[in-house]
Amino acid sequence: MEELATIIATASPLVYAVVGETITEKAGVINLSLDGSIMLSAMAAFATSFITGSVWLGFLAAILVSAGIAALIAFSSIKLHLNQIAVGFVLTLLAADLASFLGDPYVGERAAHVEPWAIPGLSKIPVIGDVLFDHNLSVYGSYLVVIAAYWFIFRTKRGLELQGVGERPEAAFARGIPVNRLRYIYTIIGGGLVGMAGAAFSLDVKLGWRDGLTQNFGWIALAIVIFGGWHPIRGAIGCYLFGALQTLALKLQPVWPDLSQILPILPFALMIFTLLLVYLDWFRRLGDRHPGWRRLLASDPPSGIGRIFKRE
Amino acid sequence: MNDRMRRIGLAVLPIVLAAAVAVLLLLAVDAPPLRSFNLVWNGSLGTTNKLADTLLTWVPLVLAAAGLIITFAAGLWNIGIEGQIVIGAILATWVAREVPGEAYFIIPATLLAGMIGGIIWGLLAGVLRVYGKVNEIFGGLGLDFVATGLAVYLIIGPWQRAGVASTSGTDLFRAEVWMPEVGGFSWLALTIAVIAVIAVFFLMRGTAFGLKLKAVGANNRSAFLLGIPTDRYMLAAFALCGALAGLAGTVQATAFHHKLVPSISGGYGFLGILVVLLAAFRTAWIAPIALFFMALSVGSTQLSLRLGLDSAIGGVLQGVLVLFALLAGGVQAKRHLGKRRVAGATLVES
Amino acid sequence: MALELVDIHKHFGRVRANDGVTLRVEAGELHGLLGENGAGKSTLMKVLSGFHEAGSGEISLDGELLALRSPRDAIEAGIGMLHQDPLVFLPFTVLDNFMLGSGTNDRGIAAEGLDELSDRFGFSFDHDTPVRRLTVGERQQLEIARLLWLGARVLILDEPTTGISASQREQLFATLKTLAAEGMIVVFVSHKLEEIEDLCDRVTVMRLGKVVGETRLPVPAEQLVEMMFGKIIAPTGRAGSSTGSTTLRLDDVVLGSGLLNTDATSLGVSEGEIIGLAGLEGSGQRLLLEACTGLLEPESGSIALGDKDMTGLAYRSYHEAGVHYLPAGRLEEGLVSGLTITEHFVLAAGASDFFVDWDAAADRAAALIEEFSIKGTPDSTAESLSGGNQQRLLLAMMPPHIRLLLMEHPTRGLDIESADWVWTQLLERRDHGTAVVFASADLDELLLYSDRILVFFAGRVIKELDARQTDGDQLGHLIGGRSVA
Repeated sequence: MEELATIIATASPLVYAVVGETITEKAGVINLSLDGSIMLSAMAAFATSFITGSVWLGFLAAILVSAGIAALIAFSSIKLHLNQIAVGFVLTLLAADLASFLGDPYVGERAAHVEPWAIPGLSKIPVIGDVLFDHNLSVYGSYLVVIAAYWFIFRTKRGLELQGVGERPEAAFARGIPVNRLRYIYTIIGGGLVGMAGAAFSLDVKLGWRDGLTQNFGWIALAIVIFGGWHPIRGAIGCYLFGALQTLALKLQPVWPDLSQILPILPFALMIFTLLLVYLDWFRRLGDRHPGWRRLLASDPPSGIGRIFKRE
Repeated sequence: MNDRMRRIGLAVLPIVLAAAVAVLLLLAVDAPPLRSFNLVWNGSLGTTNKLADTLLTWVPLVLAAAGLIITFAAGLWNIGIEGQIVIGAILATWVAREVPGEAYFIIPATLLAGMIGGIIWGLLAGVLRVYGKVNEIFGGLGLDFVATGLAVYLIIGPWQRAGVASTSGTDLFRAEVWMPEVGGFSWLALTIAVIAVIAVFFLMRGTAFGLKLKAVGANNRSAFLLGIPTDRYMLAAFALCGALAGLAGTVQATAFHHKLVPSISGGYGFLGILVVLLAAFRTAWIAPIALFFMALSVGSTQLSLRLGLDSAIGGVLQGVLVLFALLAGGVQAKRHLGKRRVAGATLVES
Repeated sequence: MALELVDIHKHFGRVRANDGVTLRVEAGELHGLLGENGAGKSTLMKVLSGFHEAGSGEISLDGELLALRSPRDAIEAGIGMLHQDPLVFLPFTVLDNFMLGSGTNDRGIAAEGLDELSDRFGFSFDHDTPVRRLTVGERQQLEIARLLWLGARVLILDEPTTGISASQREQLFATLKTLAAEGMIVVFVSHKLEEIEDLCDRVTVMRLGKVVGETRLPVPAEQLVEMMFGKIIAPTGRAGSSTGSTTLRLDDVVLGSGLLNTDATSLGVSEGEIIGLAGLEGSGQRLLLEACTGLLEPESGSIALGDKDMTGLAYRSYHEAGVHYLPAGRLEEGLVSGLTITEHFVLAAGASDFFVDWDAAADRAAALIEEFSIKGTPDSTAESLSGGNQQRLLLAMMPPHIRLLLMEHPTRGLDIESADWVWTQLLERRDHGTAVVFASADLDELLLYSDRILVFFAGRVIKELDARQTDGDQLGHLIGGRSVA
């Protein structure tokens, strides 16, 4: 039980990042900068919390930093028609180095962090209470984000428009939807959530700042978005599976050191497998034959992803 | 004339802006900018010793960049290059550890093994892309981590140092395997890099293969209709880039670390992508840009030693420079200030 | 109520897609907009639906001037457009597609609206089916229902019969007639003569970006054909070419793509023969050309070049056997943007030697530029050339010996001088024994240069003509899907 609670808690930053990137990509934009964005926002959150003593301001700083990077990607793609991969990639490396440089004075310091807070009542429920409701606001926030994103994307008119913009921008435009404005908005919102991931690392899960604190988690998040088929709930499940792998690796470390090093690779192997799978005909037909499974199996990227929308 | 001035302005602007950012960052951490620049210069190119260090880091970077020129020409984002470097290093390490022999035999053998490793890993991304329609960016990214995982596994598992299972690396290779040096300069590694850059330059400039590759990257359909076997050319691009990346990995293992370490790629694959982006896919530019990048990286360690700054400032400047260059390129294309002729991968989408 | 467009101009770079178009459509009648592909119909309708912003001109509905800056403005003004390829979202469900952009959040209300409209027009939808699994006809029905639900007073249909079945066409026409009778403004855009005649009360004909005529229907078809294609100068007394042994032989070839399937086609083409493929765009000509070059594998039947059976072989085998294909998209499927003329010649020569002697290549390019009168230098990139010069370059790139040349729209978009030059080149090839098969929408060209013409209609070769004994009227009729005695 304790392990389950640990998995839920350690996976929470990834959940923010995965949901944020899912929203961005659903709108047809790839924010490839995740690995750097998370790093820089983790540093910004920690530094802000260290200086001001406020965890809230820490989160806010992280959101602003990461949303700013996202806005730059949106701008360079929408206004300047630059390749999203190129800009995102440069920003990945730049943000990570910037985090190392600016974060140097804060290495090894202690700052205000997210305090544990068991939800009264709910945390008393046997089993479930311990696993889900005896954490802190950052972890509860990750639940909320998943549910809210799912509800927004699949249950509201605005969410439908968001999907439309990423799926077929010309068609969305023909229906009077301001494609590029929405792309700005959702890229920035997605970026903000990625920033929360950074804050959740430095102010909760990993407590503190050091070089490379969140290294590779951005790439892992990008892989989980694909594995999750651009669906927030499946994405979150992916995060928890990864959290389980991490915890397992930690447990196995003393008994089976070799294996514990291999487990973190699994998300990437699964990502490649997922990408390969959706290309196979029999897999596509599976969804057609069993309509009930379709939602579960649907793994196609938004068709308009990475494509610049111009009127003519 | 006016256009020309503006174009030059847009080319110089990124450099000026990047320098301004550098000054601002240094001031922000209370470091004297001029002294800092001086330290970076002296710490990278200013003395013979430092120059030798810098050039040794230049080798893997320029090898990676040269390889990426080829994949970009074919319109491919070979993010998998990091993994190709790692696998190259792993195979080179295997030869270094398992195959006996004198230097004249074992050094070429490690180089060959490194190339083979890179080719295998490059082709893996290529096959996934060409036959499995797995986007090479994500396929490559996955393969990067698989390669790193494999390296870590080998280091703490089968190739662990006697008695200690630690991630600090394998035992040092025996001396015959080390790439030879003269006066601190790793002449063999440097020769390999120079030859590789010249070879890629001529491959892209002077051969039918390079031309066809560019055609495949710029317009796959037209290239196919012209009778070019586009699938095979894409695979060839992955293989060639893999071979150069594998060489970079070998140099990292046998000339720099003299052992296999988990971070054997040194990030040169990703940094190589930045170099090629800044060079706007022109081979002739990658050597000086890579040298400049490495001067920044190596020189920045002086800032850390002397001024107590974090050495990541070198990376920050590299990133800022490339970012501004990209943005300036976007602005330029937007204003139609002259058409830039780029076949293969493009930065500005039409 | 009436819709009025006055002096609409819309230019794309140097192309004047709409060059001063004036059009008036009354409510209650079905108004056809007729013209060949590229006449400017779709552009005009995209201006009307806010997809493109007009360069100049006025649009008014019911006497009220409209400012249409985006599709949103058009929707709010009550103008709904059904695009040629229905702009639906394939992975989304029927109901999601119906709702998207409507402004309502209430699935119940939307479902009710869809059911109501479906009942009225005899459509039938399962709300939860992904649109991917609907036929093109059903996707259209869904779009029509959606536009009506949004309160469209004007309905524009751009080539709506492409890719739908005969029964769906019947149903579509019945729906449109009902709507027009109810007082709606309906504009039916098509290049298909027969459909306009079947359906519309009035027709406006466009050619080369301008309105060339308007008339109440019915009128004699010849009149419409003449408006569409201009005066046809029927050539006479042309010497037939001598023909030799068979170059290409198709036996009962059945072809299929997502949208179109062809009937079994058989064809023999002799050495030095020119075959024209006539028909409305998308009637199966392209499928035939692609099959003859190995790009599309026939579902059944066999293809032979000379004595060699080529069925099922890949493009490369055809290419190596001397088949050359020049599709219509010169920059998309022929030339490579970013590469120079010299580089194109090197590519085309299939340079097997590893090193390229660029000086020699540039000299050769300069010579070819001279020989083929291409306006450009060896260093000019493909995209910097004009359409005519791109076509010259493509022809100059052809290897010296070709057995079979397949071409799509050899002279589309070219000025007369370039067009004549292209045909001089092709006829010279023909005289040296190359068999030529070309698809064209230009009736003059078909009649002037072909030995035989195959007329395609809806995936079928409906007639094989001896070009020397055919005139423009007859060909125009056949293209429209009408058999002539």
